[in-house]
Amino acid sequence: MKTLEETEKLRQYWQRNLRILAILLGIWLLVSCFLSIFFAKELNAYHLGGFKLGFWFAQQGSIYVFLLLIVIYVRQMNSLDKQFDVDEK
Amino acid sequence: MDVQIWTYIIVGLSFALYISIAVWSRASSTKEFYVAGGGVSSLANGMATAADWMSAASFISMAGIISFAGYDGSVYLMGWTGGYVLLALLLAPYLRKFGKFTVPDFIGERYYSNVARTVAVICALFVSFTYVAGQMRGVGIVFSRFLEVDINTGVIIGMFIVLFYAVLGGMKGITYTQVAQYVILIFAYMVPAIFISIQLTGNPVPQLGFGSTLATEPGVYLLDKLDGLNRELGFAEYTNGSKSLIDVFAITFALMVGTAGLPHVIVRFFTVPKVRDARSSAGYALLFIAILYTTAPAVAAFARTNLIQTVSNQPYTTMPDWFKKWETTELIKFEDKNADGLIQYVADKDKNELKIDNDIMVLANPEIAKLPNWVIALVAAGGLAAALSTAAGLLLVISAAISHDLLKKQLMPKITEKQELLAARTASVFAVVVAGYFGIKPPGFVAAVVALAFGLAAASFFPAIVLGIFYKRMNKEGAVAGMVGGLLLMIYYILAFKFNAFGETTPKDWWFGISPEGFGTVAMFANFFISIVISAFTPPPPVRVQHLTESIRYPKGAKAATAHH
Repeated sequence: MKTLEETEKLRQYWQRNLRILAILLGIWLLVSCFLSIFFAKELNAYHLGGFKLGFWFAQQGSIYVFLLLIVIYVRQMNSLDKQFDVDEK
Repeated sequence: MDVQIWTYIIVGLSFALYISIAVWSRASSTKEFYVAGGGVSSLANGMATAADWMSAASFISMAGIISFAGYDGSVYLMGWTGGYVLLALLLAPYLRKFGKFTVPDFIGERYYSNVARTVAVICALFVSFTYVAGQMRGVGIVFSRFLEVDINTGVIIGMFIVLFYAVLGGMKGITYTQVAQYVILIFAYMVPAIFISIQLTGNPVPQLGFGSTLATEPGVYLLDKLDGLNRELGFAEYTNGSKSLIDVFAITFALMVGTAGLPHVIVRFFTVPKVRDARSSAGYALLFIAILYTTAPAVAAFARTNLIQTVSNQPYTTMPDWFKKWETTELIKFEDKNADGLIQYVADKDKNELKIDNDIMVLANPEIAKLPNWVIALVAAGGLAAALSTAAGLLLVISAAISHDLLKKQLMPKITEKQELLAARTASVFAVVVAGYFGIKPPGFVAAVVALAFGLAAASFFPAIVLGIFYKRMNKEGAVAGMVGGLLLMIYYILAFKFNAFGETTPKDWWFGISPEGFGTVAMFANFFISIVISAFTPPPPVRVQHLTESIRYPKGAKAATAHH
């Protein structure tokens, strides 16, 4: 059986996990829905080289951000697992 | 050497490679057959997932669609990549910890009910069959265009190849052939893209090239030029959309959630040894997919610029060879309406004289850019690799759903491992034959139904899995009601607004202005809502299941996927 202390520790681990998820998914939504769709027209007033910014986010930038989000997630979770000693040996 | 001979050589070599891999990686147990023994490295799994995911549509059609739709085509780019964020963060690690063979397996165990399992099996079969028919058709089309055989012969050759390595190797064979197929398809996609980028802009990186200035007109950005060309001909500006924002949002979101709910993608994450491998292989998968998906919009812009400059207001008699060649396949159609001998390619339907199929943009690209013959042959091999790898992944989902979730877990629980393996192989033969039949005689609704496949996955699996992981109180009554409700709503909407089954409809009648392609988003929220409300009024799941749900939250103690607990 798990001790009370262990249960509390696992609860904390899960809370930290949910916080990481909330932040990363928030960025995911911001980039895909707002920068690339709802505010794309406004962003198109700015340029990135030959790209209009809103168009660039929709066809390039969002994909790079998605990739970055997964990389950050993998690193954060691996270190969180170690910190709370729930990682696989 | 001419294109034909090059194509036979390159396609032949790639097929020989797939078959040797299949012989080398035969599956000898159900675990190897369903999840490749659970020992695939995260890098290899990432590549296999990328090949599994990128279908004939991604390889052949996507750049063409974007080329004609401009900004509106972004829904596919974001929708089919953004889903991997959901997969990596919300599904893959937990499903890996759960350690089962199939998606219906998870649903059945988590919701302690064979009704839930059966509903999941039906969804999985429906989604996968819809999808696989399109792949076999893709195989047939590539064969007929490049090897000049009949489409049906092409489909049958494709069937035998897939049959050979899927039946023999199961998931193990499929995984390692998919790795090879990824390498071939990405090479085939990038080589022409790089050549064309250099020709047009002088920049060898297509992702940067399409934001650069033109080689022929220094100081003019390619995209500005393209906006101008589109304007002149009466089309919407390339970098601005013409669809309503709410619909663009709904379609993007439905594709993302649908991607995360597709069983043939999810099952790939059962094949890695550890939870941390599941996380990182989702990252690798997106990296490998992103290489193609960030190149596609560049190819689209290059192709459109090239096309307009080659054909617009030019005499029909001076058209290059590729134009005539693709005319014979009827993928390009020219009708000289005002009989002036010039090609008018304009937005106005009454004046437009040129019809161009989406698929041509990738398939004819090397010819339009005057690249050597071996590059053209390579594109054929790449298209086949994309179609075959996706078909194989889907066939495995179908055979596992039948042999594992229907037979072993419900109808005949007493069969031995050997018998189950035999059943799995038989089921995959059956699946190939059905897929081949659909490839030869495609039901008219195939194209329309692909939207349905994503909508269905979004409306059924995604909420059931996410709630199963993140909401301990979620019970079988809620999950089943949610899946069935989401599914029926989605099917109703498609029937009503795509097929006009209940009387004529126009886009004005759409609910909230959302097209059938984007309706998966609404159906998904409906599923979440139904599930949560119903579960609040029905008894909580048994303590055993609550413990199970708790345990998948922590990576520690993950074992390789097993059939028993």
